[in-house]
Amino acid sequence: MLLVPSLAVSAILFSLGVLGVMLRRNAIVIFMCIELMLNAVNLTFVALSQQLGLDGQVFVFFVMTVAAAEAAVGLAIVIAVYRHRDTVNLQNINLLRG
Amino acid sequence: MSPLAGTAADWIGLAVLLPFAGFLVNGALAFLRPQGKRLVSVVGVGSVAATFAVGVAIFLAVVAAHPAEPYVRTFWTWIPVGDLEVRAALQVDQLSVTMLLVVSGVSTLIHAFSIGYMHDDPGYARYFAYLNLFVAFMLVLVLGANFPVLFIGWEGVGLCSYLLIGFWFEEKEKADAGLKAFLVNRIGDAGFLIGMFLIFSHLGSLDFRDVFTRAPQALVAGGGAVTAIALFLFMGCVGKSAQIPLYVWLPDAMAGPTPVSALIHAATMVTAGVYLVARANILFAMSPVACAVVAGVGALTALFAATIGLKQWDIKKVLAYSTISQLGYMFIGVGVGAYAAGIFHLVTHAFFKALLFLGAGSVIHVLHRAYHATGRHADAQDMRNMGGLAEPMPWTARVMWVATLAIAGIPPLAGFFSKDEILGAAFARAATQPFYLLVWAFGLAGAFLTAFYMARLMLYTFHGPNRTGDLERPHLGEAPWVMTGPLIVLAALTVLGGVVNLPHVGTLHAWLEPLTERSAAMLPALAPSTATEVTLMVVAAALGVAGIWLATRVLKPAALLPPERAPRETGFTKLLLEKYRVDEFYRAVIVRPLVWLARVVLWKGVDAGVIDTAGVNGSAAVARALGWLGSRLQTGQVGTYVVVFVVGAIAVLAALLR
Repeated sequence: MLLVPSLAVSAILFSLGVLGVMLRRNAIVIFMCIELMLNAVNLTFVALSQQLGLDGQVFVFFVMTVAAAEAAVGLAIVIAVYRHRDTVNLQNINLLRG
Repeated sequence: MSPLAGTAADWIGLAVLLPFAGFLVNGALAFLRPQGKRLVSVVGVGSVAATFAVGVAIFLAVVAAHPAEPYVRTFWTWIPVGDLEVRAALQVDQLSVTMLLVVSGVSTLIHAFSIGYMHDDPGYARYFAYLNLFVAFMLVLVLGANFPVLFIGWEGVGLCSYLLIGFWFEEKEKADAGLKAFLVNRIGDAGFLIGMFLIFSHLGSLDFRDVFTRAPQALVAGGGAVTAIALFLFMGCVGKSAQIPLYVWLPDAMAGPTPVSALIHAATMVTAGVYLVARANILFAMSPVACAVVAGVGALTALFAATIGLKQWDIKKVLAYSTISQLGYMFIGVGVGAYAAGIFHLVTHAFFKALLFLGAGSVIHVLHRAYHATGRHADAQDMRNMGGLAEPMPWTARVMWVATLAIAGIPPLAGFFSKDEILGAAFARAATQPFYLLVWAFGLAGAFLTAFYMARLMLYTFHGPNRTGDLERPHLGEAPWVMTGPLIVLAALTVLGGVVNLPHVGTLHAWLEPLTERSAAMLPALAPSTATEVTLMVVAAALGVAGIWLATRVLKPAALLPPERAPRETGFTKLLLEKYRVDEFYRAVIVRPLVWLARVVLWKGVDAGVIDTAGVNGSAAVARALGWLGSRLQTGQVGTYVVVFVVGAIAVLAALLR
């Protein structure tokens, strides 16, 4: 059974995604890291569905749908920000500083 | 079942309702039709006259029944709180119906007089509205069946007094006089309230009937509790009835229209204190200390105010100090336990002092008219501008002389009997308690001075050469009949008033007996022997005559100069003219420190310093500092937010898995 390696891969992918979001500055890359995390979770769902039934696989479809919608909105925001500020470097986008 | 149930006494509510309705109508007219003077007069005088008619009907019912117990008519339960139940109730008994008659009767005459006096005033409707409201509150005061209802009337008449003293509020001096009266009365009223609290905490009720029946059993006679209650109640009386040390507001209260001075500041409101002592006589009789304080303060005031009256030039100021002095006599009366005598003097004083004030009002009215006609600005109240007015104003002069002889204690006028009875009672008390000999001596000395200053007022106003001014002299004349009419009625009452309580006939004594018999049993008997009584009468009358005689010999109206050319006074007369500088003393010792305390300590220190700086601005500063700390967390960097978020999520997970 591939359960343990699958979960290990999923944990690694998720950690890479988190680290990427924390450390990278380019909005597109951060965006991709978020997708990475979502897919790490999808992998966990699929791996566990072998033992726990098909619910996990159904849930994956929902996650993918939400991820697609999120990608559309997120990329639109990135483009809008780029048009205004000529950059997608998040260090230069700090309007919310207190 | 009271014998009064089902008689005219059931209409007692009307006595309050009628003048109050008059107030509402006149108040509305003051806004809607300020120039409708005829309607205002009809409503104003009519409502009070109708009240008097109701009073007469109730009086006749009480005469017929002569109930041993007061008849209480309850309208509704006003304050039901735990053990305390205060009912809105009015009480009919011999004392309250006496006051009802005096108040509504004198008010009717003074309302009628006001038609003439206030005729050209732009605030005519407003004036009658206030005056009607005053009558309503005064009747609540004298008819109330418990302390809180009495207190409503007590404060209500204080309010009307304030409104009417400051009636011409465009002049700052007059508005200030109203404020002064209001503030000084607050001091006394605080004492009255404390007295009420003490009564409730010791006796568990505020109804007159319960309090006065329970007091002899529940309280120790001469003990601290009853003394405290009586003295705190008396503090209220001192304020309302202008006794030392709170008398200072009454002379200033003369800033109001003269009929107001006659009604409120001579005949009715200021006697409320005497009424309260007479009403609560059992509480005072139980405490010898309180009795001595009441009589002592009265005696001191009677003499003190009379000396100030000797040197005043303003005709109304003389009468104001005379009122204070006469109120002192009433307090001597109720202090020595001669409650009927005190009330008797209250009634006769209401007649002759209202007459004196209204007479002075006519004089001022006529002088004012004369100065108005020639356009000169002279003081229409200064006696140095008067003189010789007996010729143009014969009726006013005649009735004023009647009142003067009455207040000076010349037999057989009303004032003689009432004042003599008070002094006789004080003398009788002195047989067992020598302190009262001093009270009696003060009263006697005051009586002599009273005769002197009243004769002085009459001589300077009505006799000698006229000093009004050559241009003004042809404009002097008798006031209109609507003003002299009430004067003549009051003069008749002044002459006949003594009949209600002739010595040994004593109807007023017997009349008030159901209310005073229990306290009379506690006090030493007040019946001097006939020989002593006659001697005292002769002495008192002789002193009155001597005072008038001395005034006619010493004073020279012919030598009097108008105020602008008058020589400066020196020595003791200057001190009298300046009223012993009591106002200045109060200003330096009480008002200034109080204002300083309010401004520097309470305003700048406590308010601006502690509350504003530390409290309001301080809490704002704390909130701002906390907000600054919180805003430091908001870096605007998505990275930091994510780090915080991840750390938080891990912490939550760790907490859940543990």
